[in-house]
Order: sequence, then structure tokens, then C-alpha cells
Amino acid sequence: MATLTKPVIYEDVRRDLWRPLAGASARYLIVLFVLAAIVLWGLCAWGYQLHEGIGVAGIRRPVFWGFYLVNFVFWIGISHAGTLISAILRLTEADWRKPVTRAAEAITVFALMIGGMFPIIHLGRAWLFFWLFPYPNSRLLWPNFRSPLLWDLTAISTYLTGSTIYLFLPLIPDVAQLGQHATGWRRRLYRALSLGWTGSDQQWHALERAMKLMAAIILAVAVSVHTVVAWDFSMAIAPMWHSTIFGPYFVVGAIFSGIAALLVAMSIIRKTMHLEQYLTPHHFDNLAKLLLLMSLLWLYFTICENLTAWYGNEAKEMNVFGSRIRGPFASYFWIMVFCNFVVPFVLLGIKKLRTIRTATIASVTVLIGMWLERFLIIVPTLSFGRLYATWGQYAPTWVEISITCATFAAMALLYLLFSKLFPIVSVWEFKPHQEPED
Amino acid sequence: MTDTKQPLHRWGMAIDLDRCTGCQACVAACHAENNLPLSDPESAAKGRAVHWIRVDRYYEGEFPNIRVKHMPVLCQQCDEAPCEPVCPVYATYKNPEGLNVQVYNRCVGTRYCANNCPYSVRFFNWFDPVWPAPLDLQHNPDVSIRMTGVMEKCTFCIQRIKRAETEAKEEKRALADGEIQPACAQSCPAEAMVFGDLNDPESKVSRMAGSGRSTRLLEELGTEPKVFYLKRST
Repeated sequence: MATLTKPVIYEDVRRDLWRPLAGASARYLIVLFVLAAIVLWGLCAWGYQLHEGIGVAGIRRPVFWGFYLVNFVFWIGISHAGTLISAILRLTEADWRKPVTRAAEAITVFALMIGGMFPIIHLGRAWLFFWLFPYPNSRLLWPNFRSPLLWDLTAISTYLTGSTIYLFLPLIPDVAQLGQHATGWRRRLYRALSLGWTGSDQQWHALERAMKLMAAIILAVAVSVHTVVAWDFSMAIAPMWHSTIFGPYFVVGAIFSGIAALLVAMSIIRKTMHLEQYLTPHHFDNLAKLLLLMSLLWLYFTICENLTAWYGNEAKEMNVFGSRIRGPFASYFWIMVFCNFVVPFVLLGIKKLRTIRTATIASVTVLIGMWLERFLIIVPTLSFGRLYATWGQYAPTWVEISITCATFAAMALLYLLFSKLFPIVSVWEFKPHQEPED
Repeated sequence: MTDTKQPLHRWGMAIDLDRCTGCQACVAACHAENNLPLSDPESAAKGRAVHWIRVDRYYEGEFPNIRVKHMPVLCQQCDEAPCEPVCPVYATYKNPEGLNVQVYNRCVGTRYCANNCPYSVRFFNWFDPVWPAPLDLQHNPDVSIRMTGVMEKCTFCIQRIKRAETEAKEEKRALADGEIQPACAQSCPAEAMVFGDLNDPESKVSRMAGSGRSTRLLEELGTEPKVFYLKRST
């Protein structure tokens, strides 16, 4: 196997990968506590907003969508980590993916849970969010299927269901093994989750088939999900939103930020859980190349998007375009270009510079850059509408900032808990002869 | 007799920009008629003020040879309203008389309609509305008060339309042209605003809409507004 330098002894692998599950160091507990406190603060901020009215956020006329929708698009984008790495690599039978897939799939599920919260947080009457569910109300009126928001709801709930199954399937053999060795409530939990897995040939066959099938399905769903998210904007007639390129542009951006999130998560896992032997420079190198490729693709789309608007020189579009390039949003725009293109291009494009450390740095800047990109797509268009008389600038309040910070903490918290309950690197996939040969 | 199933009316408005002085009487009248929430200078600066009709000002020329153009902007009651298809809960839809209506009880507050309105005439209730005493005692009983979290916008004073239609029906007569006046048109001292039935070719609004000076705001978007602006001739 290319990924490991030493011959694999399954018992050693299992011991290594199960080690992080046992006990909890003081450092772990402190981090857990801090993260939980931030999440709690965010929840308080949301509670305050629900109580007082959404006016405690900075959104206003004409910028009716602000940080919440930026976060929504950002987190749905992050969720594409799992899909790409896992599904594409699984389907193409790229063997090096094995230690990476679960870390990626977990990101998908948690990012979706967080991203999916934002349309609800953002609602004026959040407590009535279920009115969007596709069933008729007491007057037999169905929701409006022509609304992109309804497509959104459908796409995201499908994606969340699918990716949860997709995360769960490869977990089954692992939890079954854990169930044999654990004690107490953990034993009961693992036993319940293993769904009666005994490891028979028939079960392996079924699992293999299910994982292949889900990989293919989830790939299609993932592409469509972010296209639908893009359509929330491009279906509107607002200047610079009404663009045919938004679907693929958003998908590329999503995969881009997804890989960056995965790289950051991996380098933290590698350090804190001492999995240097499993998450090797080889993995980081491969993913870093992928990140570089996506960076170039992102640049290509960004140029396509902006060059056509600039050349077209339509007044209303130029107002938005100008505000980004040299107007009030220019600093964010150029930071975005620096973060999304210059840093990855230099650090990952030059072979000598491409290390685990630089890949992590580039990933962090990409995450910042992609968040800014979502902001730059949503806010300038709304600030500079078609009628000059209605222009207005948006500034977030502490409520929006708190909730935004809390979601990053929530992501880390969920990840921390997950990696304490389940091996973050799939154990059974290291075991030779376990997979049936047809 | 006309088939009662057919929409009898198609309400529209014509605004003569030559006559508009920018006095804002329409804005005040609208506030009183439609129970609009009040805002303080602070929230107004934050873009939180609610005016179903506003007077946009455009400046032409360089100081001191400057000219101000006034343009009252209210919901354009588009036939092809961009706000309608994007609402996931049908809180905004076209009623049989061509009015673009907002159903407060259905609205969950996605604010998508407001983003997709090129005229920016949709307003959001960021908080529960408050009126300083004694203004809280003078609400119009015909207009519901909107709670926090829902959109609202100009209705063409639908309460006046409904009342007049009901009265005419009871008296078994047709509505006369000019019988219905929204608060803004009623209070315009320059009589710049004319409201009426676009289905009636003889109505004043139809004749104004057919004038050579007639134009519609952001017509190029294909939204088919039912508010017609008569261009300034000078």
C-alpha cells in the first residue's frame, strides 16, 4: 500500500486508531468547554433575536440578506468536502483515499447541519419555518414550488439525508468491532449502531454495493445542491446575480472551500491525535494539488464572471462591479483574490514550498477567501440596486457576528465529539482480505 | 351583463411628474391610512423606515444651476411581478383584479421578494411596530397591523377599493371613474396622481396612460407595471 511506509499489522492499526477514543485529556476538555461556551453564546444571541425581532441584526433595506445567507452559502460549500474526496475517489478506486474519507464525510454532515440552520435563523418568523415543508396547509394551499427557496429546502434535506447515510455506511464494520471491545453505554451505543453486523460474506457484499451506489447518488445530489443554492441568486433579476454561470461557479467554489476545510481538519487531527503514520505527507500532497487545481478553476470562473460584466458595460451591472473592484468593497475583493489565488498558487504551485504546513496555511486563507467571496456575491448587489435613490450600506451587528462565530465553534465541537466517539480514520479499510473478491 | 367571473377592473395609477412638487403629502397620508409603523431618525438612517410610497429625488446639473426632479415611487403592481414567483409560501400573489397583494398571515419573512423587487418598494417589519401615544389611538380599523417578521407594501389602498366595490354592488350600480381614491392620490394637492380602472378605456387613468408622455419605471425589465409616469415636459 502506497500510503504506509511500514507493513500494516492490523492489530497495531486498530490500537492506534482506537487510542483517541479512550479517556479525555485536560486539554481536550478545556477546548471542549471553550467551544461549548461560544456555541452557547451564539444560541443566546439567536434567542435574543427571536425575542426582540430580527431587527437586532444589521440587515436593512435594501440589503435584506446579510451575514446569515453568507454563512448559509459558505457552510453548504464546505459540505462538499466529503462528497468530492470520498465519492469521486471511492468511485475511481483511488486507494490513497482510505484514511481521509471519514474525516471528509463527517465534515459534510456537520457543515450541512450548520448551513441548514441559517435559512431558519434568517427568517423573519423563524418559528414558522415548517410552512415551507411540502404539504398543504389547513386551507389546502401547498407551498410555492416555483420558489427557488423551496428547491433549496428539497435539495438540502435530500443532501443531509443522503450524506448521513453515506457517512454511516462505512462506519458499520467499525462500530461492530468497537461493540465487541467497549464496555458500558458505549457498548450499547455501538451495538445499536452496528445494526446486527456480523461480517458475513453476504453483509460485506451488501455493504459494498450500498456504498458504491450511495457514492454515485451523493455525487449527483451534491452538484445539484450547490447549483440550487446558486439559483437562489441567479433566478433573481438583481444586477450581477442574474448570471448563467452561477451554478457551476458555486459548485467549484464549494469544492474548493470543502477541500480547504478537509485539509485544515486533517492537519489538526494529525497533530492532536498523533496519526502522523496514517495521514502522511503523501495525502496532504495529493489534496494540496487538488486544492491548487480548484484554485485555478475558481480564478477562471471569477474572471469569466467579472470580465463579461465589465466588457458588457451595462450601467446597473457596472455599479455593482465597480463597487467590488474599486469601490467600498474593493479591499474585500482584493483580499479574496489574494487568499484564493495568490497564496495557494505560490505555496502549492512551487513544488519546494508544498509541505503539510504550507498546505494548511493555504487552506486557512482559502477558507477566509471563500467566505469573502460569498459575502461579495450577496451584499454589493443588494447595496447597489437598480434605482440610485435606494442604495444603502450594510454593517453586521454583534448578533450576526456572534452567531457566525458560534457556527465555527459548533463545527469544531461536533467534530471533537464525533472523533471521541468514532475512529476518525476508518479502521476496517486497513484490514486486508476483509473485502470480498468477486 | 358582464360575466361576474371575469375581472371587472384592472386597477392602475398615473402620476404626472410635471405636477409633482415633492411635498410628501402622499407619504403622510399613506402613513395615516395604512397604519404604517413610525421610525426615529436613528432607525431611518439604518434603512429601517417604512414608507409604502416615497418621493425619490434626483438632482440635475451643477450648483448653482441645479434642478431637483421628484418622483413618487410606490408598489408598481406589476403584471409580471418578480416578487411573486420567489415567495415559497404564496404570501404574495396576484389577485383577480390584477393587484399584487401581500398576505401577512402567510409570510414567514424570507425577504426574497424584497431582494427581487427592482423598485425596492417592499418593506419589512424588523420589530413589532410601536406608535408613541396618542398615535396608537388613531389606527385605521380597516387595515390590519403587521407583526414582526413579515413583509408589507403598498396595497393601492385595497380596503378603499373593497369598500367601494361592496357599496356599488349593494346599490346595484357600476363604479364611477374617480370614485375610489387611494390615500396618496386623495391627498395630493397638485393632483399629480390619478387612480382608476385600466380596463375602462374612457377612465382618466387610461387616457393618461395612453398619453405620449407616458412611461413606466424600469420598463425594460418586462415587469409590466401598472403605474404610469408622465414624463416632465420641461
